[in-house]
Amino acid sequence: MAKMSVDDKLGLDLFHTDEHNPHITVNEDYDDMEEIRKVLLACPAGLYHYENGKVTFSHEGCLECGTCRVLSIDKVVKSWDHPMGGAGVQFRQG
Amino acid sequence: MSEEKFDAIIVGGGLAGATAAYILANAGMEVLLADRGDFCGSKNVTGGRLYAHSLEKVFPGFAEEAPIERKVTHEKISLMTPKSSLDIGFSSEKLGEDPESASYTILHSKFDPWLAEKCEEAGVMLVPGIRVDSCVVEDGKVVGIDAGGEIMYSDVVIIADGVNSLLAQKLGMKKELTPHEVAVGVKEVIKLDEEVINQRFGVRGNEGVAWLSAGDATAGAFGGGLLYTNKDTISIGIVATLADIGYTDISIPDLLDRYKEHPAIKPYIEGGETIEYSAHLVPEAGVHMIPELVRDGVLVTGDAAGFVVNLGFTVRGMDFAVESGRLAAEAVIRAKEAGDFSKEGLSSYVDALNESFIMKDMKALKGFPAILSRREVFKDLPEMVDDICTKLFTVSGKPSMDFIMYVINSMASHLSVAQLTSLVGDIMDAF
Ligand SMILES: Cc1cc2nc3c(=O)[nH]c(=O)nc-3n(C[C@H](O)[C@H](O)[C@H](O)COP(=O)(O)OP(=O)(O)OC[C@H]3O[C@@H](n4cnc5c(N)ncnc54)[C@H](O)[C@@H]3O)c2cc1C
Ligand code: SF4
Repeated sequence: MAKMSVDDKLGLDLFHTDEHNPHITVNEDYDDMEEIRKVLLACPAGLYHYENGKVTFSHEGCLECGTCRVLSIDKVVKSWDHPMGGAGVQFRQG
Repeated sequence: MSEEKFDAIIVGGGLAGATAAYILANAGMEVLLADRGDFCGSKNVTGGRLYAHSLEKVFPGFAEEAPIERKVTHEKISLMTPKSSLDIGFSSEKLGEDPESASYTILHSKFDPWLAEKCEEAGVMLVPGIRVDSCVVEDGKVVGIDAGGEIMYSDVVIIADGVNSLLAQKLGMKKELTPHEVAVGVKEVIKLDEEVINQRFGVRGNEGVAWLSAGDATAGAFGGGLLYTNKDTISIGIVATLADIGYTDISIPDLLDRYKEHPAIKPYIEGGETIEYSAHLVPEAGVHMIPELVRDGVLVTGDAAGFVVNLGFTVRGMDFAVESGRLAAEAVIRAKEAGDFSKEGLSSYVDALNESFIMKDMKALKGFPAILSRREVFKDLPEMVDDICTKLFTVSGKPSMDFIMYVINSMASHLSVAQLTSLVGDIMDAF
């Protein structure tokens, strides 16, 4: 099987992204590198990045697993909620 | 709708919530089942294999009509290093001969809607697409739910909102999850011709395979790999304990890719086309993470209550979800008869759980989380087994050392006496 990037894989899923209400927000200036490293490694959707001394994040493509919340709430992750009803990922296989 | 008062509101239309809703509606109660997904099952991910026994009690013979994928007749477990795999396989026509002891591979987004349909037929008011933000509490008693400012009242609320149970957390019945209590599962569903699956796995008709592996599946980190055959797809994934994230520099998405490339796995999925990528948490701490299960006007079921056992060679959460949903519903029916929805009035739920396989199995297996958080199991043991089997199966014409001596030397080089003693101690404790 040809290797796919995470973005390619997310492209297979169906999302109803709520552009205006991110269900996760991050502390951009958080600076404990060990903590940041874990979140970057763990997010199955690869949505966390660390660039120019800042944590960057986009909620588009979130698989709503909760991993980042459990690892890093009140640290890298500022707030985490489920998306509004009907919004977010829609699995068709599950 | 806000004026109406339901007998019961159930939050979460997974197996736990839907089972509870169905039973309550059948008992003639007015039931609202709310789910945040567009349809029930659209947010849910499993491995997965459903052990049928608990659903059989609610829907005898359900496999005849429900969208199951295959009946598991072939079991396989593997201990892997990067280049090797020691496999133990067991196949038998006796597996699943009678419906109560059968197990089936399923896909949540196909199976859960079937259960939701059964609920609707039984009279449940099904409301998908709403996120419940909190339970409404008056005088210390849960009296309904709040969804985006809209309040709906009921005598009782059943919380079945899954592993990230923000509702139970907000009520203070459950603590924030810790990385030691959960693992992340990532999974791909890969499309392959039904006949190709049959040939590759040596199965016929609706026979299926459940294949779990430890060791290199997670590059030696705590967790494992899974592969289940569906009708014309394969579910393949890895599960990795959050407390061990960072043990290697390999990211979770890369771990799954790596697993798919393992020489023991790759030939089985070759030529397939990935059609979905998903992720979900799995409760792992067993009896150690059970929250408060009842309070005045409220009960907690399924993954929200941490009802999962992961033994490495088998994962059970779905049969627990169904059973706990049923027991919660039966407790609510008794509470209604007595007109008492207080904690005490609902406490027969806890008694029934204690009497059921849920608490009995979770207590009996309480030592397993300790075994599954030992590096020896995921790294040293697979390497040792690789070493010994390579020796056993290699004939190169060189004079061979006494095999028993070789095994002893190999054990000594991979595990210290102290490690071995303490591992054996944990294993004895677990049983
Ligand atoms: C990778 C993986 C492999 C697994 N393998 C197996 C296996 O092989 N066998 C097995 O038995 N178990 C397995 N499990 C565990 C099993 O899938 C779960 O234990 C089971 O599905 C839990 O059912 P549930 O109804 O409690 O929760 P869920 O199925 O998670 O349902 C919760 C529901 O609540 C809804 N919800 C959540 N919050 C809200 C809210 N605020 N408002 C409205 N709705 C809400 C969600 O949309 C969802 O429908 C596996 C799990 C994973 C992740
Ligand atoms: S919830 Fe899961 S997929 Fe979404 S950002 Fe967090 S870790 Fe990534």
